[in-house]
Amino acid sequence: MNEFTLILVTGLGLGALYFLAASGLSLIYGLMGVLNFAHSAFMMAGSYAGWEVMRRLPDSMSVTLRLLLAILAALVVGALIGAVVEVTLIRPLYKHHIQQVLVTVGLSLAAVAVAQAVWSADPKPMESPEWMSTTTELGGALLPNDRLVFVAVALALFLGLLALLRYTRLGLIIRAGVENRTMVEALGINVRSTFTIVFAMGGAAAALAGILYSQYVGAVSPAQGGSLLIYAFIVVVIGGMGSLVGTAVAAVAVGLVQQMANYYAASGAGDLSVVLLLAIVLLLRPASMKGGHA
Amino acid sequence: MSAKTVLKVLPGVVVLVVLAVLPYISVTIPGILPGRVNGPGSLQLLAVCFIFAGFALSYDVIFGRTGLLSFGHALFISAGSYLLTISLSTWSLPLPLAIVVSLGLTTLLALVVGGIALRVGGIAFAMVTLAFAQAGSIIILRNPGDLTGGEEGLVLNRAAIPSILIGVQNASYRYWLALGFVVLAWVLVALLARSRAGHAMAAVRENEARAAVLGFTVYRVKLLAIVVGAFLGGLGGVVHAIVLGGSSPHLATAEFTLALLVMVVLGGAGRLWGAVVGGFVYHYADARLIELSGSSLVSSLPDLIGRLLGEPLFILGSLFVIIVYFAPQGITGLAVRALRKERA
Repeated sequence: MNEFTLILVTGLGLGALYFLAASGLSLIYGLMGVLNFAHSAFMMAGSYAGWEVMRRLPDSMSVTLRLLLAILAALVVGALIGAVVEVTLIRPLYKHHIQQVLVTVGLSLAAVAVAQAVWSADPKPMESPEWMSTTTELGGALLPNDRLVFVAVALALFLGLLALLRYTRLGLIIRAGVENRTMVEALGINVRSTFTIVFAMGGAAAALAGILYSQYVGAVSPAQGGSLLIYAFIVVVIGGMGSLVGTAVAAVAVGLVQQMANYYAASGAGDLSVVLLLAIVLLLRPASMKGGHA
Repeated sequence: MSAKTVLKVLPGVVVLVVLAVLPYISVTIPGILPGRVNGPGSLQLLAVCFIFAGFALSYDVIFGRTGLLSFGHALFISAGSYLLTISLSTWSLPLPLAIVVSLGLTTLLALVVGGIALRVGGIAFAMVTLAFAQAGSIIILRNPGDLTGGEEGLVLNRAAIPSILIGVQNASYRYWLALGFVVLAWVLVALLARSRAGHAMAAVRENEARAAVLGFTVYRVKLLAIVVGAFLGGLGGVVHAIVLGGSSPHLATAEFTLALLVMVVLGGAGRLWGAVVGGFVYHYADARLIELSGSSLVSSLPDLIGRLLGEPLFILGSLFVIIVYFAPQGITGLAVRALRKERA
């Protein structure tokens, strides 16, 4: 039973990371129909920004405080990059969805190369507060603290985004934009500036995912964003594209399935079981994938 | 044959003849090719360039001609490559049978993966194909049952290959093999484009709903495009394994699929010459840009810029973005436009 609780929590922790990575992707896709390949570059930018901040702050500061500042820096960098990419690269290709995807592909390739040139391809060790690597006893099981942190952050982001979408004017515009963009434009609302804001939000969420993922792995490396991005894609597809609740449910499901398969079947079976899950969902409910509601 | 058709076919034939006799030409072109033109280094580089041109042609059947944004094509190329090396070494099949098995299983894989992925459309299709390709990449890296060799890749069982294709002194035969592959791929895609199925693909690309109204079974047309593309890609994988003497897990990565997309868009999607030029230029640039970064010109530049130029992906990625913006028809599209202006 303890074992099961442990797997449940580690699976949830993994699902939380997937949600962090997928939420921005899902928002951007839902509103603008852009499959943002540069999301991996945003994640990478976040983790390197965090790493640089951690490295430059004085050692006398506690690791926890430095990490908090690093996360703050990552959020700012992610939001800025997201906004800049939207204004300079995505906006000019308005209504050309395939070209928008292609541009983000080019950007993601170039970004990995830039990171390799600046920081080299070697992974850089990422410092982590001591309390994160210890465990908490809960219901007789020793649970790793970092997974609990991931779950808490993801939950906070989920509830925050949900509140934003449900109770603010911006959220109203985003929800309406997902439903029917032409109609919102016809009402005289500037959807374009909303796009920039959503891209900035997506960038910030990606950067947050990036820095937390580097805590999970214990290092930052140029290719890291790409490996997380693929799971984020799977989560977004299973969750029904553009739906935040669906994304959350799918992220939890994918994290749990992966962890369980790794534990009960064979190490490495997890990744395959995730793709299998995707195939099953597609075969059983293809209609749910065609786009959804925020 | 009328004069017009002769004029149309002539450039291609001339290029082909020149390429076919290259292994007999013993001159050096400094800066362009490593060593003599018919030296093993140059021939090997050109052979891999041809294979990449064929890869791009195979991907263009799916992306350029049918308009499907698939991110899973690397799966089929690596399947062809790995199935050949595995059936030669682990299953000890003779070469002809091994080729048939590789192509058969790759086509079957395309039917299954394409059949599932086509249940969704548009952007979701891109994501699903990417997921399947990633599963393939993971399987190859995990090395189940010691079958795929993991990160090291697999070495080709040389005993099973005709000796004429082995060794440094036989580089020209491998060169001709690669050239033969790209010519075959060219002819097949050209024939396909003119067939009824090819017209159906174009109709689906231009307007799916209208194609459906016209009576095409859109699902079947798309599946056909995926299967034909996968067959050609798998054949390319087989040739790649023979020319490079083994299979590498790099062929299965998501990055490689993205590279295929870059090749096709770089050259010009939906054009035979576009895919060929794109694939050729991509591999050439990828292989030669590293050399450029070692040159004295670059080392005189500031450190960071020098290191950036040493990353071929940086240059190709940026070039890609520029092409998407300013030359959506790719390199060949630019050339066609320039020629038309001159004539007018």
